[in-house]
Amino acid sequence: MDVFGSFALILAFICAVYAFGGGIAAIITRHPLLVKSTRQAGIATCCLIFIATFSLEYLFFTDNFSAAYVVSHSNRALATFYKIAALWAGQEGSLLFWSFLLSIYVFSVLIAYRNKNGELMPYVGVILAGVQIFFLTLNNFVASPFKALAVPGASGAMDLVTRADGNGLTPLLQYPEMVIHPPNLYSGYTGFTIPFAFALAALLARYPGEKWIHLTRKWTMIAWCFQTAGILLGAHWAYAVLGWGGYWGWDPVENASLLPWLTGTAFLHSVMMQEKRGMMKVWNVWLVFATFILCITGTFLTRSGIVSSVHAFAQSSIGSWFVGFLIVIFTVCLAAYLKNRDYLKSESQLDAIVSRESSFLFNNLILLVSCVAVLSGTLFPVLSEAVSGSKINVGAPFFNKVNVPIGLFLLFLTGVGPLLAWRRTSLESLKRNFAWPLIVGLVAGVVIFALGCREMYSLICFSLCFFVTTTIVMEFYRGAKVIRVRSNASYLTSAIELTMRNTRRYGGYIVHMGMVLVFVGLAGVAFNQNVQKEMQPGSSIELGKYKLVLQSYDSKPEANYTGLRLNVEVFVDNKPLMMLYPERRIFETNGETGTMVAIYSTLREDLYVVYAGQSPDTKLPVIHAYLNPLVKWIWFGGVIVVFGTLVALMPNRRAVLVLSGAQQPAPEPLVHGMTPSVTYRKGQD
Amino acid sequence: MKKQAKFAVGISVIVVALACLAWLGYGESKTYYHTIAELESLKGAELSRRMRVGGTVAPGSIHHFTGRVDFVLEGEGKSLPVSYVGSDPLPDTFVDKSQALVEGRPTDGRFVAEVVQAKCASKYEAAPGGTVATSSAATK
Repeated sequence: MDVFGSFALILAFICAVYAFGGGIAAIITRHPLLVKSTRQAGIATCCLIFIATFSLEYLFFTDNFSAAYVVSHSNRALATFYKIAALWAGQEGSLLFWSFLLSIYVFSVLIAYRNKNGELMPYVGVILAGVQIFFLTLNNFVASPFKALAVPGASGAMDLVTRADGNGLTPLLQYPEMVIHPPNLYSGYTGFTIPFAFALAALLARYPGEKWIHLTRKWTMIAWCFQTAGILLGAHWAYAVLGWGGYWGWDPVENASLLPWLTGTAFLHSVMMQEKRGMMKVWNVWLVFATFILCITGTFLTRSGIVSSVHAFAQSSIGSWFVGFLIVIFTVCLAAYLKNRDYLKSESQLDAIVSRESSFLFNNLILLVSCVAVLSGTLFPVLSEAVSGSKINVGAPFFNKVNVPIGLFLLFLTGVGPLLAWRRTSLESLKRNFAWPLIVGLVAGVVIFALGCREMYSLICFSLCFFVTTTIVMEFYRGAKVIRVRSNASYLTSAIELTMRNTRRYGGYIVHMGMVLVFVGLAGVAFNQNVQKEMQPGSSIELGKYKLVLQSYDSKPEANYTGLRLNVEVFVDNKPLMMLYPERRIFETNGETGTMVAIYSTLREDLYVVYAGQSPDTKLPVIHAYLNPLVKWIWFGGVIVVFGTLVALMPNRRAVLVLSGAQQPAPEPLVHGMTPSVTYRKGQD
Repeated sequence: MKKQAKFAVGISVIVVALACLAWLGYGESKTYYHTIAELESLKGAELSRRMRVGGTVAPGSIHHFTGRVDFVLEGEGKSLPVSYVGSDPLPDTFVDKSQALVEGRPTDGRFVAEVVQAKCASKYEAAPGGTVATSSAATK
């Protein structure tokens, strides 16, 4: 099967080369046979990569320990669940997994648009094939997952061997989130290739601006949704498994996933400027280029080991391949831009500082500043070594000092932006739209201050969260009221109907609402507490309103590990609440240990209990307990963000105008931003 | 051109404010990185700076005491005795032969570390019943 898989991979490489070279010929000659055959080749490349990936999975499922990659990451006792995930546990397999997910996107794009956008698709096909060629080069020639296991034999040649059992999966990876975090995150990274391909193709083909924006929007939203989910799942995994009580450490690999998210978010907003007013064309094109380049940079940072990280793969020379690819991408983008930039001329100007364009401009500005800051901070050791000879590292204080104010300003814009009018907002409109939100925000701030909160940033954050929530609720309320006039349905039904008629706008508001909840969760960090103590059975520690009593501890052998478990009883007001079981696991195959945190999570706070280890002198267990307020809001907010994106991706429900007899319908009152629609609108906005 | 000026002012204010914050944050958190070999050649003010040092944990050198953990880091043929005095539990990946990164200050021939980070070392295969063989497959 491994021969079969590696054969599929090399065939995929050949098809991709044809799709690329033949595709260029197809663009030049416009010969229909060339156009069709290169598209087929592109589809074939994807299918062959699917086959290769399934072959590797097959090797895992059949415990084939003659394949080096399977031996390194699996063993017989490993649960099937984790055998699937072992595919992406190491360098070679995760690169194949990257190709696999990219191929799903490429396949979908080639099939979906096979009879449309004939001017553009040949260019898109060539660009996608080019990207696939790079990753297939790595899959085939640099980091092959199908390497057979061999030892030097007596005659000096390599002898193939088969192990009785493998090494097993690293314990830190034996957690359910291992099965979902990488697929989501990689789907985000690879997904941004599609808008990149369309943007570059449109630039090369001088395709009308509105059309390529329209086409890529859905794909960008899909990639963005996966990226957001991937980042939050990673944070949750770090929180639940590593046992340091936090969820984000500004580690280089974490930052790598955040960078394209920042530019991707900026792009999702600034496209609206191009659609409505034909502005920011150059900016948008470079934003998409930057997002894709940051995705490749992100995976380069993770795999090359140029910056030290707790996540990084072992050091290898694969980094130079990525640097080469980045140089090629940048050169191609720059060349295409310089050649065709007159086609990107702006159609309008910025009119006023109090306008929706202006809020998008500031949104983009601070997202970009954040991106530059995080990128510089992450690469600082490399930069400082090049400049001054000594490697200097910057840590959390740097990243937090810059990003917290940025986050708060972004939160402010989230409330303000949607209520500003295009071009110029009048004073009456400002008063009408912002009176209530401002009042609610200020009152909330005063109340929270009165309740004892003195942390300035958290206070501002909570105020802004109330401010933004009010603006969003008001938007839904106003729109629902209009629909209710006609249909006499409840407010809820009207709000749903409202959303379904303009999914992009109201789905977007739902996403904003989700982000507000995430910010509420983040604001809790300022109030974290923790306590650590050596415990014997019967002793207790107190944290907040909780009292933790260690009842007993035991050791339990399982299939592939031994669990050292603490039985902790939690009391509130001297009444027993529940039992928690923080655990340390010692894995048989490689002797490594893993920490299983016990978390009691409520909306108000998380009680987070870790079996920190044994005291060196007394051998008694040491418990480290944390009280983390509001963390649950982050995960809950993330779910809302994903839900909102799904809503925004749905096609609009058409508004139907019903005439009864000779009665003329009263014209719908003009709700801010919404024009009455008497024509049927096709599908998505 | 007045509105252009307004935008320019607004943008500059934001960028300058954030640059100032970045500068402050940098000052608060900057940590130099040195190899074990370089430590011997540091002098004066450089020795009292907060720094990070990387190396491999020497097998059998990890000893736990009350309030500190002693071990020896090895790299490029040199060795460095380290005392970890932080309150957080050591990471699960901190075992013999793992690659570790310590952060703190050198004191009296030892290195006093407040933070210890560790990473899985490249795997060596030692399967039951089989001979030991090397593999270049990376882990994690």
